[in-house]
Amino acid sequence: MKFLRSITPTAWIGLFIISLNLVLFVAGPHIAPFAQEEIVGSPFDPPSAAHWFGLDQNGRDMLSRLLAGAQMSIGVSLAASVLSFTIGITLGFIAAIFGGWLDTVLSRIVDTVMCIPVLISALVVLQALGSSIPVLIVTIALLDSTRVFRLARIVAQGINVLEYAETARLRGEGLLWLVFKEILPNALPPLIAEFGLRFCFTFLFVAGLSFLGLGIQPPFADWGGMVKDNQQAILYGLYAPLYPAAAIAILTIGVNLVVDWLLAGRSAIQGADR
Amino acid sequence: MNESKVLQIRGLKVAAPNGAILVDNVDLDLKRGEVKGLIGESGAGKSTIGLAAMGYGRNGCRIVGGEIIVNGVSLMTIDRAGREAVRGAGIAYVAQSAAAAFNPAMKIGEQIMEGPLYHGIMNRQEAEAWMLELLQALQLPDYQNFGSRYPHQVSGGQLQRAMVAMAMSCRPDILVLDEPTTALDVTTQIEVLALLRSLIQRYDTAALYITHDLAVVAQIADSILVLRHGKEVEAGSAEQILEQPQQDYTRRLVSERKAHMSGEGVHHKNGEVLLEARDVTAYYGRKKVLDKVQCLLRKGETLAVVGESGSGKSTLARVIAGLPPHSSGVVSLAGHRLADKYTQRSREELRRIQLVYQLPDVALNPRHTVGEIIGRPMSFYFGMNDEQRASEVNRLLDLIGLPRDFAERLPKALSGGQKQRVCIARALAARPDLIICDEVTSALDPLVADEILTLLQSLQNELGVSYLFITHDLGVVRRIADRTMVMQHGRIVETGTTEEVFAPPYQPYTEQLITSVPELRRDWLDGVLAKRGLPVA
Repeated sequence: MKFLRSITPTAWIGLFIISLNLVLFVAGPHIAPFAQEEIVGSPFDPPSAAHWFGLDQNGRDMLSRLLAGAQMSIGVSLAASVLSFTIGITLGFIAAIFGGWLDTVLSRIVDTVMCIPVLISALVVLQALGSSIPVLIVTIALLDSTRVFRLARIVAQGINVLEYAETARLRGEGLLWLVFKEILPNALPPLIAEFGLRFCFTFLFVAGLSFLGLGIQPPFADWGGMVKDNQQAILYGLYAPLYPAAAIAILTIGVNLVVDWLLAGRSAIQGADR
Repeated sequence: MNESKVLQIRGLKVAAPNGAILVDNVDLDLKRGEVKGLIGESGAGKSTIGLAAMGYGRNGCRIVGGEIIVNGVSLMTIDRAGREAVRGAGIAYVAQSAAAAFNPAMKIGEQIMEGPLYHGIMNRQEAEAWMLELLQALQLPDYQNFGSRYPHQVSGGQLQRAMVAMAMSCRPDILVLDEPTTALDVTTQIEVLALLRSLIQRYDTAALYITHDLAVVAQIADSILVLRHGKEVEAGSAEQILEQPQQDYTRRLVSERKAHMSGEGVHHKNGEVLLEARDVTAYYGRKKVLDKVQCLLRKGETLAVVGESGSGKSTLARVIAGLPPHSSGVVSLAGHRLADKYTQRSREELRRIQLVYQLPDVALNPRHTVGEIIGRPMSFYFGMNDEQRASEVNRLLDLIGLPRDFAERLPKALSGGQKQRVCIARALAARPDLIICDEVTSALDPLVADEILTLLQSLQNELGVSYLFITHDLGVVRRIADRTMVMQHGRIVETGTTEEVFAPPYQPYTEQLITSVPELRRDWLDGVLAKRGLPVA
């Protein structure tokens, strides 16, 4: 109960948006009135009772494509974020705990990768390997894990020098205890908050790549690709590209609202409840 | 309106952001030139009152009631700009940690002159002349050029004096001194205290002197206000509070402080040798922090290691625990040589030496319950099952005087003293031969520290455990140690039984340390200054 009361009104809005998107993610394609590839009218038909958001540039139902695209857009970003956090936290903790040359090598590799703008690295890799969904997910995850690495490393370093971690080491505890009992529980608040933020960036990044034609490939619908496909419509004063753009914006805002609440009063990365 | 009163506080109430009342209905009067000591343990609201006197609330704290009148101006009725004009010019603040209060990227002189220039009280030449006068009065070395140095180029004691100069820069009527000497070593504390007192007298400045140390206040204050839990306990002249305290709480504070330096050192034991360190030398980078240090500790005995900051006493403790590698020398436990680094020591060797730290807040994992914290060494070293563990945890909680249901609590639900008890219990859970106590009472309030020392002593009598007691507090040494080792600059100055060390003939450095500890006598500071040939104000 105390926990529920600590949720601020804006966080409630964010949670509502996130749950709505999760529902879409799970059930989207099943509740869509039309198939995502089905041509049901002429291009850019305006909204009507049958087609609430109108039709897209090929005469497909916009609402159905938005619902189907939820799975693809959110799925890819979620998978990439989870993967990038797994890689980033593991390596970050290793660097923090062992230190020395291992830390130096890992950190310099990460610095090097971070020197190159993410978009350029991604474009090169995707251009070279071709854009399939697994390649897309792994590429984004690897590029993103550099940032997770940096955060995980500094948080773990902060906790690792605290007396309670030192006590555990002096007791002779092994690495697993140190990581899972001493460091991880105290590193979680900043990492969870970062997960929300990174998910947003990944999501926008996937949308951006799709917009450039290197993200999720047709015929699959995804929100970023839909903005790109329908972009000419804006020249004729049609709303078509604004619907997927709004979907992207709303989810991003929702996640940020929740992250803001999670971060409130926990900016200290010390790990102690202060 | 009484003209001689520079500060009047009536019915002050300050609330924390969560609504808790931090200061409740406190009255306070300050006459021109009067120094009032605010005394109390942490959480008593001393600093909050000091800041409230400037119309300021820290960390979102709000002044919710009462009146604050500085020089006839009520701070609660004027606007922000009006309050800003009073701050610095009418009333100024000196914080505990000068290192945290100075801008590291700005020359000290610029920071001292910032106030008068900002308030438009002086032009640059005047401000500079006044600054030089202050720096000279504060006896800063090479005072003409002191202002052109950066904060990291001067020592802690000098920086603390520079902050006093900064506070005095606008010739305020009132100084709020918030534990200005607490972060300093005892020998430096004397100098700063003496200078502060003479400065306040010379410029007829009134001051609120906030501290937890009654003996410090005894040297400088005309009147004393004792606080507890945000409420006034007792107020009166310094003589009256120190000599005839009316309230029970004040009496306990005074008697604890009187007893502080009167310990006799304890019993000697001639048990077998438990810990021996020979010719231990250690470096931090290229700096030698321990130079051929020897120490010897017998079973069931307490060896105190005393010294000022930078003396290497904590490094010695860490070397014995195997934390930083020492470059040469031997540490042996019960005749058996220990590996330099803790990672090369066996689990059994690790078990026999346990550490208790200065700051219990960071020594306990905030996500583990007290039961888990105390229980872990039992399952780790002795492979106890849950049932044995639970009963052992209960036994230890009884031993350290905490209720059994505390096993379910998280550290954040404990007070500082309770946390330190849990740290001690965690050390005991490993059934060690040696517990290294690194400044275990320094972060605690005097009365709580007293209880922890009593606990440690009774545990030693009961369990026969040895302590290596690292501390800067000579009072603690006298109470608890069988033998004492005095360190300075990484070397041992003197070592012997506690009676020997604390009785004439003294080693010169030991004597300086001993005489630097403030005593509750009002004339103590004058006596020490006279003895050392320093000017008495």
